[in-house]
Amino acid sequence: MATVSFSLNGKPTRLSGDENRMLLWVLRDDLGLTGTKFGCGQALCGACTVLVNDEAVRSCATRLRDVEGTRVVTIEGLARDGRLHPIQEAFVQHVGFQCGYCTPGMILGAHALLHKNPKPTRAQILAHMDEHICRCGAHLRIVQAVESAAAAAAKGGVR
Amino acid sequence: MNRHDTDLDVPSGWGFATTVTRREFLRLTSTGLLVAVTVDPLFGRQEPTRLPTGRTGYPTDLNAYVHIDADGTVTCLVGKVELGQGAMTSLPQLVAEELDVPLTKVKIVLGDTDLCPWDMGTFGSLSIRQFGPVLRAAAAEAKAVLMQLAAERLQAPVTALTAAGGVISLTADAAKKVSYGQLTEGRRLERKIDGTPALDAVSSFTIVGKNAPRRDAIEKVTGAAKYAGDIVPTGALHARVLHPPAHGAILQSVDTAAAERVAGVRVVRDGDLVAVLHAHWDEADKALALVKAQWTPSPSTLNDTNIFEHLEQHAPPPQTPASGGDIAAGEKLAAEIVEHTYLDAYYAHAPMETHSAVAAFEHGKITVWAGTQTPFPLKSQIQAALKLSAEQVRVITPYVGGGFGGKSASQQAIEAARLAVAVGTPVRVVWSRAEEFFFDTFRPAAVLKIRAGLDASKRIVSWDYLVIAAGDRGAAHFYDIPHHRTVVRGSWGGRGVAGFHPFAVGPWRAPGASTNTFARESHIDILAAKTGMDPVAFRLAHLKDERMIRVLRAAAKRFGWTPKTAPSGRGVGVACGTDAGTHVASIVEVKVDKATGAITVVRVVAVQDMGVVVNPEGAIQQMEGCITQGLGYVLGEEIRFRNGEILDRNFDTYQMPRFSWLPTIEVEILPNPGLAAQGGGEPAIINMGAAVANAVFDGVGARLFRLPMTPERVKAALKA
Repeated sequence: MATVSFSLNGKPTRLSGDENRMLLWVLRDDLGLTGTKFGCGQALCGACTVLVNDEAVRSCATRLRDVEGTRVVTIEGLARDGRLHPIQEAFVQHVGFQCGYCTPGMILGAHALLHKNPKPTRAQILAHMDEHICRCGAHLRIVQAVESAAAAAAKGGVR
Repeated sequence: MNRHDTDLDVPSGWGFATTVTRREFLRLTSTGLLVAVTVDPLFGRQEPTRLPTGRTGYPTDLNAYVHIDADGTVTCLVGKVELGQGAMTSLPQLVAEELDVPLTKVKIVLGDTDLCPWDMGTFGSLSIRQFGPVLRAAAAEAKAVLMQLAAERLQAPVTALTAAGGVISLTADAAKKVSYGQLTEGRRLERKIDGTPALDAVSSFTIVGKNAPRRDAIEKVTGAAKYAGDIVPTGALHARVLHPPAHGAILQSVDTAAAERVAGVRVVRDGDLVAVLHAHWDEADKALALVKAQWTPSPSTLNDTNIFEHLEQHAPPPQTPASGGDIAAGEKLAAEIVEHTYLDAYYAHAPMETHSAVAAFEHGKITVWAGTQTPFPLKSQIQAALKLSAEQVRVITPYVGGGFGGKSASQQAIEAARLAVAVGTPVRVVWSRAEEFFFDTFRPAAVLKIRAGLDASKRIVSWDYLVIAAGDRGAAHFYDIPHHRTVVRGSWGGRGVAGFHPFAVGPWRAPGASTNTFARESHIDILAAKTGMDPVAFRLAHLKDERMIRVLRAAAKRFGWTPKTAPSGRGVGVACGTDAGTHVASIVEVKVDKATGAITVVRVVAVQDMGVVVNPEGAIQQMEGCITQGLGYVLGEEIRFRNGEILDRNFDTYQMPRFSWLPTIEVEILPNPGLAAQGGGEPAIINMGAAVANAVFDGVGARLFRLPMTPERVKAALKA
């Protein structure tokens, strides 16, 4: 029985149990944060993406012990004070989704990209998002949403 | 896992309510106006559509419910489901239009068998095309009732009244008015109509045909949207079900002792159903790995290479969906006969949400939340599996994480229901990705043979088409050919033909039409090249269908097509098709790397005529989705299998479209207000195979006769 402490969506969190369990299932089944989705279980599709210290991480292949002392942000933690994050707003505006199942992972993947590279070219967006799979074919709208969020941030709109 | 802090905040209740409890429903409908519609005669005018049961058209017991409550809120109750196609946004547009209320006043409840009238399922691009008129009829009847009530209240004939914004007033004196809410307040009114109500003329539409914001947007970008796997009744356990390693393998013996020793694990055996349950999916999965099972080997000797010969040898008896003239007479007119065989592979639906369901059995009634395209047929299956009455089963469909035809089958929900009854606590079943691939009802592999005759004047005089396994959707051609015959042996509804396919097959977005369109439009291009004519000009010379001529001309214009004989070295290709009543023409530009054989689709232009467009923005997104998803079956996807085993089990080997594949996409919908709304979720996918194959030929002179067009096959074609 080990204890793992980390920040989850801005709240100090301490969990005890099997530290080797994958973060995805701890989030979904223990903590009820079902916005993080199961898609492939092998870090191949990006549906389970969360932010760990601002980097995009596949929670289905990340052990709980690996987030000790980190800042974890899930899709539920992105909107603040009832206001959507500008990337979420851009996904709404451009309809960067159809079935919506890959959307939380897409948004957090885009968040990590823009954190590292606030003004990505379209080629950089395509390369970064290439590990995220969307089956509905909403790719074009997703790219437009990421470009739009980057443009808004350049104007000083993004925190 | 023990949680030490309790102050996590999880946003809930964003956006629109997507579920209503039974109690809320009874309260909702205890007063107000409820209209139920049986409108079979409406479908006399509809294109007959093949249904899984073999019926044509909607069944006569189809109903739509529209309810108006005392505050003027309109609720439509619809058995369709939201798969991402936007039904929850576009269907309320139809109701708002007919009732003359603001769109924001219309709520929708989808896919709940206790609340919504029976529906066969969400597929075939039918939600708007066939269900739309029913819902409009319900709304139109509701409005007629309200007008009558208003006439009594305002003491004026109906003809002297005007309805707008949920208020009815005297046309001559707008100050004399009454709202829908005031009219229904404190009353319980029920109307059931049969027959054809008067619908608003298309020309008067103010809401239909305008873009409406997606109702699911906020929930989907915040993670608040609930899919079946996100519903967690108190005390629910995850079940991991023991499944065979190969199709046709039979369980001989099973030893669950090691799994049973794991803390928190329960093992259930219910006849052929063996499952390991735990509160957490991952821990149930680990325990399932401890189950020792012996299986007989699959008797299947088929694989993705020998399957085509097998399909030809075991094809079911022929049907002839289309013919005209006389093939022998036609071939006598021909100066040249051109004959080719085309092959198509098995494809997975691979929705991002694997098949998921949650079942809770309480007080003799089972409630099942399922990711399904067919909640009502599923309810019947659960009734049969558990020997329960209709009143004892409720299926609720939350958001569905993609379907594409693959969630018409819902085995996972039956597993969840059986297990919930067996263990007495709510049970969640969420398939792994390997299970999703294994149990998929694949788009069938197919063999397509076309023998066509060209006469000396460059006209097609005969067309003899044999379809094996793809079915008849999209099989009949639409060209002006005097002597022709289309023969179909076997369809995607192939579960019923024993020994034909080595596993289940089923409908895959525009079922059969992508396969048939690939063969036909490739062959047309080959004929065009034989005559030395430009492929667009050759098609136009053989078209009399005005809608097809219009979309093809528009696509050529939009693309900037300049006539040339293929291969021109440019890498441009065209294809035309019809599906779900919609006509579509597509033109693509490709680059082919001759060294690696890799095809890059650079640009896609698609133009379609789909009749009345309810939500233009939604329809355009569906076209874009079709084009992007279509790149998968064209370039990379293919199910590999051997002796009953499915070898593709995850996205590392099964190559679906990715961001790096994204071409420039330009889509256009031609206005055609004189035609009722046609299908939109499928048509634009069907042209992708032939358009790309024709572009590859135009670019490098290599003809591909087989999908998908993998680099190895392109290299082989370049050598041929």
